Amino acid sequence: MSNILSAGTPAPDFALQSTAGTSAGDAGEMVKLSDLKGKNVVLAFYPADWSAVCGDQLALYNELIPMFEKLDAELIGISVDSAFCHQAFRENREYKIRLLADFEPKGEVARKYGVYREQDGFTERALFVIDAEGVIRWSYLSPMEINPGANHILEALKEIKEGVHHD
Amino acid sequence: MTDLGNDLTVPVTEDDHLQGNIDAALVLVEYGDYECVHCGRAYPIVKKIQQHLGKDLCFVFRNFPLSQSHPHAEHAAEASEIADAGGKFWEYHDVLFENQDALDDSSLATHAANLGLDEEGFQNELQGGTYEDKVQQSFMSGVESGVNGTPSFFVNGSRYDGDWEYEPLMEYLSSLR
Repeated sequence: MSNILSAGTPAPDFALQSTAGTSAGDAGEMVKLSDLKGKNVVLAFYPADWSAVCGDQLALYNELIPMFEKLDAELIGISVDSAFCHQAFRENREYKIRLLADFEPKGEVARKYGVYREQDGFTERALFVIDAEGVIRWSYLSPMEINPGANHILEALKEIKEGVHHD
Repeated sequence: MTDLGNDLTVPVTEDDHLQGNIDAALVLVEYGDYECVHCGRAYPIVKKIQQHLGKDLCFVFRNFPLSQSHPHAEHAAEASEIADAGGKFWEYHDVLFENQDALDDSSLATHAANLGLDEEGFQNELQGGTYEDKVQQSFMSGVESGVNGTPSFFVNGSRYDGDWEYEPLMEYLSSLR
């Protein structure tokens, strides 16, 4: 069972590749969490590109980009797939959300957040809502086979906007 | 935030698109997208369940177009609302699910004309976005209730996370009767 980081914990910083470069040695664009301070960030860890449930989950989040923007948030997906895999997946599905590659060392960021699955090498299906100061305000570990939807993410973001604290 | 349930935030009312008695023992709500192949597959399953459960079931359809994934879904949803205003919601709903490969604007108009809906009025309302807000409200009610893809089903107000093939869904519904 994973030990998922809970509300009130500062979100561990990381820098991960968000787009594929021209070749395997080229890092492409990087996303550094601490560079996103000043806006809310939703991290959606998911097991793998191309698997059915993940696809539906990300399709829903992709529809909700304007809603996240209204709540001063960006939702970012993370899995252990490589940036090349993410690129093909995003192009195939026409997703606009950014997908980060927790690829090398494999699952390092997922481990920091307590959502790496030692038993099979995937990341858990887990959500983190991080506020503008970089503090986790809500986290949720979903059963692998159940797509958690977006309702509780939106509720957490609304609470941040309204200044409600639970920690 | 303590409530981690996934329950309908907008209760079923007579204003919904519903088949059957709103006071039935079982109220099955589907959030669906006319261009979604899974919804297309669920369509005959729901029909079969309706036949089987008869008056014990009230079936409600709410529009949930995933317009980023499905280019025709939003207009199809709005068109179903135009058909509703003409008293033909369910007929139109059925035609769309039976013709998922013909959902472009001109096909939507043809389906409407075939049902005897006023063609010019239909075109004006579709192009004018008369029901855009209504569809958006339906979509947001789904998001806030925990819709996580299409189709999403709610049984007596709570999201059903089980398998929606005929047998498991039927078994679940029967257990609540």
